Amino acid sequence: MTKYIDDTVVMKRMQSRLRKNKIWKMIFFLATSFALLTLVVLIVRIICQGAGYINWDFFNNFGSRFPEKAGVKAALIGSICMMLVVAPTSIILGVATAIYLEEYAKNNRFNDFIRTNISNLAGVPSIVFGLLGLTIFVRMFGLGKSILAAGLTMSLLILPVIIVAAQEAIRAVPKEQREASYGMGATKWQTITRVVLPSAIPGILTGSILALSRAIGETAPLVVIGIPVIIHFLPTGLLSEFTALPMQIYDWAKRPQEAFQYVAAAGIIVLMIVLVLMNSIAVLIRNKFQKRY
Amino acid sequence: MAQSIEKEQSIQQLIEKSRNKKGKKIIEKIMPILLLLAALISVVTTLGIVFTLIFETFEFFRRVSIVEFLFGTEWYPFSSGSPSFGVLPLILGTFKVTLIAIGVAVPIGLSVAIYLSEYASDKTRKIMKPILEVLAGVPTIVYGFFALTFVTPILQTLIPSLKLFNALSPGIVVGIMILPSIISLSEDAMNSVPNAIREGALALGATKLEVSLKVVLPAALSGIVASIVLGISRAIGETMIVSLAGGATPTFDFNITGSIQTMTAYIVQVSSGDAGYGTTIYYSMYAVGFTLFIFTLLMNLVAQYISKRFREEY
Repeated sequence: MTKYIDDTVVMKRMQSRLRKNKIWKMIFFLATSFALLTLVVLIVRIICQGAGYINWDFFNNFGSRFPEKAGVKAALIGSICMMLVVAPTSIILGVATAIYLEEYAKNNRFNDFIRTNISNLAGVPSIVFGLLGLTIFVRMFGLGKSILAAGLTMSLLILPVIIVAAQEAIRAVPKEQREASYGMGATKWQTITRVVLPSAIPGILTGSILALSRAIGETAPLVVIGIPVIIHFLPTGLLSEFTALPMQIYDWAKRPQEAFQYVAAAGIIVLMIVLVLMNSIAVLIRNKFQKRY
Repeated sequence: MAQSIEKEQSIQQLIEKSRNKKGKKIIEKIMPILLLLAALISVVTTLGIVFTLIFETFEFFRRVSIVEFLFGTEWYPFSSGSPSFGVLPLILGTFKVTLIAIGVAVPIGLSVAIYLSEYASDKTRKIMKPILEVLAGVPTIVYGFFALTFVTPILQTLIPSLKLFNALSPGIVVGIMILPSIISLSEDAMNSVPNAIREGALALGATKLEVSLKVVLPAALSGIVASIVLGISRAIGETMIVSLAGGATPTFDFNITGSIQTMTAYIVQVSSGDAGYGTTIYYSMYAVGFTLFIFTLLMNLVAQYISKRFREEY
């Protein structure tokens, strides 16, 4: 009997393949650690740079040419005011669209067109939304560089995200619940408002808060609209001029004096704290209310 | 007894009443229309974007020839004597940044995706997923600041000829920015490859690496390619990182150590400089925006086509 398979050769090849597997596993792991490390470096670095500037004066001062006197008061209040426009507009429009698409829309070409349109809108760069806001809201409607103009632009920007989140939440409500409601004699609208929406609201809220936190950090549309940077008063109404946190950070980061780098870092810390707060609320809602069917 | 009959009647009356209530019927008819109107807002937004860009770009082409815009290699809009509007330097700037970003994001992103879907334990996955979400939620202005004040100085110690504003640093940071979306989309694609296929390969004696690279990767290819194309689209449209760290010098060369300008950075430069309404510079912003819009739209359509057309159904 002759042996067709040489065991030593097989062993050798097997070992080299296993070694390869181990080496690549290490490489994949290193890549994953790199992503982790980036986040850590980013956060630690910004905290180290900016923490020294965070004090009560920083929250209580307006923008200034002098780094020691610069503060985020106008920007922080401005961002919050803008969100007071963005939140109701985008959530009402987004949820309404989602209800239409999930509950009423039949599968025809027209509704397919709306769906494709929404997914394409989600891929349009934010700066292009800025051009839209500048032309339509600022100039055509004559709203100026106001809270309303910026808020409406941001609402359109995050609308696709909210629609998709709300659609998913509505789709997750089981069919049996709707059928039970119809069986009790409820009409379609009653079923939607009293059965579907109450079950879907946690999902809708989580998605919406995440989308809103994107709107808070978004800078490019504000720059294009022409939001001013140094403002020494608080907004008085919807049509008042204002400045926003990311805009203020952008201005500080651009300045050549080194001290402003630290002020910018302090501004970023404030922005990140706002984002962390919003995200924790979203996670809290998700964990507390999300039902599994 | 009498009371219960009375009650029965009243219930019947109630039912009759509610059936005849006009308000309810009207609501049933009006609500779908209102909801449809809300849904149409997104269509109107798209139309608004397209028409705004087309009209203002048209205005621009009445002042500057299309041929100069599309094929000119010099972009000096602010030159007072003879401004020139050739968009190619801006496109080249955008491509330099995008290419570097993809060069960073694709190898790292795919490695992380393979690690998470093929090697990592459930526990690691549970820790990594939220971290990636956090990374995805960092505003781009923060990345821009990071590029300018951290990545550029580090790169300057490695490459002494590197300028303060360059293509390399924003390119790398844009790559980091698009990393989370590439990872999560490719990982989804790999996760949807059924386990039976992996087990078949393992039973034939393949190592985990061979299963990952020769079985899972090809099976998930359409999703992976779509995620990369979407990443390219986001890199092209990225604004704040390139305007903070890229500079404002549109050049028509392949140098990545010197100052550049991308399409998005030009729009930012014009709008923060408050160019007068109605000037040629003002309209050039829309022409550049339109070019940018077409590039990203094409990329998004390609991604949609790939993930629809080449999806493997199991």
